[in-house]
Order: sequence, then structure tokens, then C-alpha cells
Amino acid sequence: MKRTGAQIVFECLLREGVRHIFGYPGGANLPLYDTFKDYPQIQHILVRHEQSAAHAADAYARVTGDAGVCFATSGPGATNLVTGIATAWMDSVPIVCVTGAVVTSLIGRDGFQEADITGITLPVTKHNYLVTDVHDIARVMKEAFHIARTGRPGPVLVDIPRDTQQMTADFHYPETVHLRGYRVPGHPDPAEVKRAAKLIEEAERPLILAGHGVILSKAYDELLELAEKCDIPVITTLLGISGFPGTHPLFQGMPGMHGMYWNNMAISESDLLLGLGMRFDDRVTGRLKDFAPNAKIVHADVDPAEMGKNVRPTVALLGDLKATLQDLNREVGGKRHPDWKAWLARTRAEHPSITIPETDKLLPQFVLKQLYEATKGQAYVVTGVGQHQMWAAQYYWYDRPNSFVTSGGLGTMGFEVPAALGVQVARPKDVVWSVAGDGGFQMTMQELATLVEYELPVKFALLNNGYLGMVKQWQQLFYNDNRSAVKMFNPDFVKLAEAFGMVGLRVTDKTQVAPAIEQAMRHPGPVLVEFVVDEDENCYPMVPPGAALQETIDQPAMAPARRREEAVSRS
Amino acid sequence: MSKELHTIVALVEDRPGVLNRIVSRWRQRGFNIESLAVGHSETPGLSRMTFVVDAAHNDVEQVVKQVDKLVDIVHIEDITHLATVSRELIMIKVRSNPANRSAILQIVDIFRANIVDVSTESLIVEATGDEQKLDSLVELLEEFGVIELCRTGRVAMQRGAERVGQDEPHLVLPHLHGGRAPGGLF
Repeated sequence: MKRTGAQIVFECLLREGVRHIFGYPGGANLPLYDTFKDYPQIQHILVRHEQSAAHAADAYARVTGDAGVCFATSGPGATNLVTGIATAWMDSVPIVCVTGAVVTSLIGRDGFQEADITGITLPVTKHNYLVTDVHDIARVMKEAFHIARTGRPGPVLVDIPRDTQQMTADFHYPETVHLRGYRVPGHPDPAEVKRAAKLIEEAERPLILAGHGVILSKAYDELLELAEKCDIPVITTLLGISGFPGTHPLFQGMPGMHGMYWNNMAISESDLLLGLGMRFDDRVTGRLKDFAPNAKIVHADVDPAEMGKNVRPTVALLGDLKATLQDLNREVGGKRHPDWKAWLARTRAEHPSITIPETDKLLPQFVLKQLYEATKGQAYVVTGVGQHQMWAAQYYWYDRPNSFVTSGGLGTMGFEVPAALGVQVARPKDVVWSVAGDGGFQMTMQELATLVEYELPVKFALLNNGYLGMVKQWQQLFYNDNRSAVKMFNPDFVKLAEAFGMVGLRVTDKTQVAPAIEQAMRHPGPVLVEFVVDEDENCYPMVPPGAALQETIDQPAMAPARRREEAVSRS
Repeated sequence: MSKELHTIVALVEDRPGVLNRIVSRWRQRGFNIESLAVGHSETPGLSRMTFVVDAAHNDVEQVVKQVDKLVDIVHIEDITHLATVSRELIMIKVRSNPANRSAILQIVDIFRANIVDVSTESLIVEATGDEQKLDSLVELLEEFGVIELCRTGRVAMQRGAERVGQDEPHLVLPHLHGGRAPGGLF
């Protein structure tokens, strides 16, 4: 039986287990949208902007561990996806974007709504395709999902002209993928595993630095086993948060620019750093030449290009992290590190980093702590980018695996609304809190309509300090407090929520925080809680841009008056 | 870190856009490509590219790894420090007249070059060799007046029986049932 190109796309999606698509129709993907009626197994969620389709698919992929899918039309529809694609690219998230393209006869002739989207997305996709022959669609879709999901996951874009969607062909879904230039690492070199085990056995002050790879390869149990077996404290990067239980005695929190003081000092003291599924990002390492000066480094990652990119490892374990840790766990064990842990505990006591000051003011950190207590660390927490994101990383302790969803690498403001949408679609019965800032929220707040339409009960904790807070913080610290373009003129967020048909609450006083959170969670639908927080509160600890981890400012009182030139020359 | 000329050989799928993908990675890191030669390889469907870039070793290593990750790139290798034979082809259109023609022919002879076109006012000289040899040929012909010049860029091959990329496994990956791979991979 002959099928249209559009039907072939849907047959492929079904076979890949796709149940939800986030998208937006337009002229060039009309045949695809016409086909939804034949495939009721697949639900379409109409977002209000294509950027949200990509972010929602991304967040959906992060929490399900499977590929997320989004649709957009040609030209502006496709270019609107780009921020979302780049976000998924930087955080290694598997999404498959299917875009409509102008009819083949118009390609390259500046047709209406034409954009060279395969060209535009080339540096931010793992791979992309322009399919102009209907007979290629099935193979390309098969490859797209395979490439997106395997190895180091990432976004793949498939661009299909409208006429190709309408042409017909026999449908055969290929059994196998033949890609001679694409290799997926499995288990690491056993000799390297033995070398790593020996280093672990010899180390006096070992530290685990766990990243997103733990979550992507679902290596939670293996990481826990390694840490407990070898008595090694565990630090997680921003994206590694919730890869290790937040209340485990070995858990130390986050390192880096807004990481815990004790972690930054511990990295500098450590004699063995185990970088597991992470990439030694500049926000983690601070000034690279002073990073971990006393440590040998074992680097485990699935991406060969990460080996030696930022730091030169003593031992490189190239492979799937779950497989790597399974192999490693067979070789290690026994050694205890009481002195090292005592050193950490002492540093932690001397520099507590995340104590909330006693005050009557409504502090954002206090809101996060209350949120943690109300949800018992079991909610999905989604954030945007900025101060609120760092507070959500610092003051909420994630006990549930893979429950923290944030834009790390690209740092995409506005992620918090559509990402929460994606998480709630994937996890309809779970509590999803979107921790938002007043800046980023306004970049994508049109998705409130989508939440209401599809009855997705996302709860927003909108920390409104009336500023683009993180930018303001940098201006205060490094630009003589010249607050350039950071004061926000904001709408009435409660009325805004109500206008979208959801519940809006405003909290201005400390005592109202817990009751408002309770009220929001009791309500069956989406709720926006605006917390009008102290505008002077800044995010600490902080490593000044370009400085070394050893120069971490634990509390504002420690912050030296820095000259503007110094900050400029460093950042 | 000091820069040097690197010779990089890549075996790539013979498809539209592949060159763009590779070059985009060099561009992203701000590399200038000194020369680039592309043509068919011994394997049907695979093209062979030879890049020459002027860069520091660590930077080249990083870009080579990034390019290797591209799906359409089957193999890429920096062969700068291997024993290789490298050649380039040049064509030089030189001003000539009956008076100086024999002088030009003498140079052509010494360089084992060929004359591939003759007119009353010009000659086209064709030569192959490594860059230094071709540079000296150009230098000598310049005194007669070079009208036009084109070079193919370097192609290079490892000495001995080894073949670039021959140890690379050509993976055929199994069908992933239900869209998920075993062993903790997606």
C-alpha cells in the first residue's frame, strides 16, 4: 500500500514509540498536520511559539529519558526552533525536530517562508537532513532517532519539503541503521579501568564530580555503589543535580561559580578527581590553570572529543557511563576516608555557604527552602536561568532521580515555562514546580495558555525581585553598580494568571509562603504564585568571572571592591 | 603555543553538504584553511579530503575530534608526523616570446614540468611536486611574467602498505526494539 510522505513520518514516529508531539502548524507542514487525524495514538500539543515546542520536547526528553519530538513549519517556524535546538545541543538532550520546507521547486529561490534551516542549525544539531525524495523518509527517520538517542545524545533536525510530504511511496521501516561514520562507545578499555581503579585505591582525598551523563545513561545505582563502596564524597555539576540523592551523607552539592565554598576548596585539595559524565565546563572549573592543582584526573565520558578538551586526564574512560561504572565497581572497594571527610565537614562548618540570614524580609532562598519542605524533595523542579536557578540548585535537595530540569550549557532564559509544560505532559500525575524569575518568565509566558488549554497543573514559584537579578549582581560587583537596563517594569502577574484562566496568588510576607505553596498544590489546575522577594538579595557563594575556585567569595561580606577594569579584563 | 602546518586526511560520505559540515567546524574555531583537495577515494561512495591548516597542535587535535563526531565523516586523521608522500599540481601561464622561450623550456626541463599550451605570447607550464619545489619553479618563472597561476593544494598519502582508516570498524548497528538500546544507552 502506498503512503504519503506525511503518513510515512507518522508510521516511523509510532514505531519509535512517540506519543506526544509539541508543535505549530504552517503552510509548509500542512500535509503533516492533515495526517494527525489518522494517528490518534499520537497527541499533538499546540504551543504558542515554536521556541516552546523545542524546549517542551527537550524537557520531555530529559525526564522520560527518550527522544522528544517537535514540529514546525518552514522559515520563521523553523528559525523559532533554533534557541530550543541550541539549548538541547548544549545539554546533550535527544530531540527530533521535523520541519516543513517550501516545495522543492522553490528551494534556493527565496520562496515565501523559506529559510535554509539545515544550514542554520548545522552547528547546533548532532546531525540534520533535508529529505527531497519520499523514498528516503523512512531511512532518515530511523537514523534521526538512532543518532539523537545513542552515544552522547543530541538534537537532530529533519527538513521535509511540502511536496515531498505529499508524494507517495511504499513504506518499509528499516531494521537496521547503516552509518559507517557513526560509532557508539560501549564499555571502556579494560586496561584503563584497571588504571582508574588503582588510582582510586591509592587516593587519600578522592572526589567524585558527577555530571549530566549520570542521568543520561541512567547510572544512578552504579554511581551510588561506587561512592559508597569507596567512601568518596560526591559533587554534582548543575546538570548532574538529582543524579545522586540530595540527602545522602556523601552528597556535597554543586561546585563552581555559585557552588558550595567547601566544594571549591575540596577540588583544590583533592588528590584524585573522578569526572563522571561531565565536561569540565568553565562555570565548574573557574580559571582553568588553577583548577584542581593537586589532583590526578580520571575522566569518564561517552564523547571522545571531551577527553582532553578542557583538562588532560590521567586516565580516560571512553564509554557509556553506566557500563563504565559497572566495570569500575568490579575493580574497586574497601578503602575508607575518615580524615578527608572530616576535613570537608570542618570546611563546611567554617563556611556554611547556604545559611539563610535571619530577617523579616522575604528572601528568595527562604522560598526555595519552604518549597523543598512542602514537596519533601520529591517534586520536579524546572528553572529558567539566573539567580533563581542558582538558588533552586542550592536550597532544594533533590532526592528523586532526574527531578531537576534546567538549561545549563546554553543558559536559556525563558526555558522555565515551556520546559515545565514538557515535564508535565511526560509526568501528568506528578507535582511540577517551575521556579521562575520575573525576567525569563516574560520571555515565554504565552505558554500559560497552553497549560490551561491542556489542563496541565504546573505550579509556578515566580521569584519577583523586579530586576534581571543576575545581571544586576554582576553590575553591582564588577561595573560600579551601574544598573544598566536591568530594572524590570512588570505586569500584575496575578491578574495575568487570571487572564489566562489560571489561579494567581501573590505573597509579600514570609509567613504567607508555606500556606501559599500548600494552596497551590491543593488546587487541581495550574497556579502562579508570585513571591515579591527582597530585591537586594544576591546569589552566593560566587567565584568572580575569570578567577580561580580558590578565590570563592563565600558571603557578601567577603566580597572585595573590584575595579571595573579588572572585571572586564577577566570576563 | 606555536603553530605549524598540519596535513589532515578525511574519508567522508560523498553527499551534498558534507564539505560544509567539516569546514563549519574549522570556521567555528577560527582556523584558516591553507589548502583543501577533494576527490574520490578507493572506496565507492567515499570521498577523500586533504586539508592543510596552520595551527597549534592542541587546537588541531580538538577540531579533528569534533569533525570525527560528524555522522558523515568515516575517518579523519592528522598525518603531519607520519612518513608521507605529498604532492601538489600547479599550472602557470607565463608570458613568453620566441626570444625567451628556450630559457623557459630549460627551467621546465630541470623541474621535470610540462608545457601543456603554447601561444604566440604565452606558455602554460604544468608541474607536480611538493610545495617547496613548486614555489621555486614559480619564483624562477616570475622573471618572465606570470599571467595566471593555479594550484590544487596538497594531497598526501602515508608511505608503506598502511591505508588511512583501514582499522576503523564500519559498524552496522542493530535495530533498537521499541526505540531503546540495551545497556543504558538511549
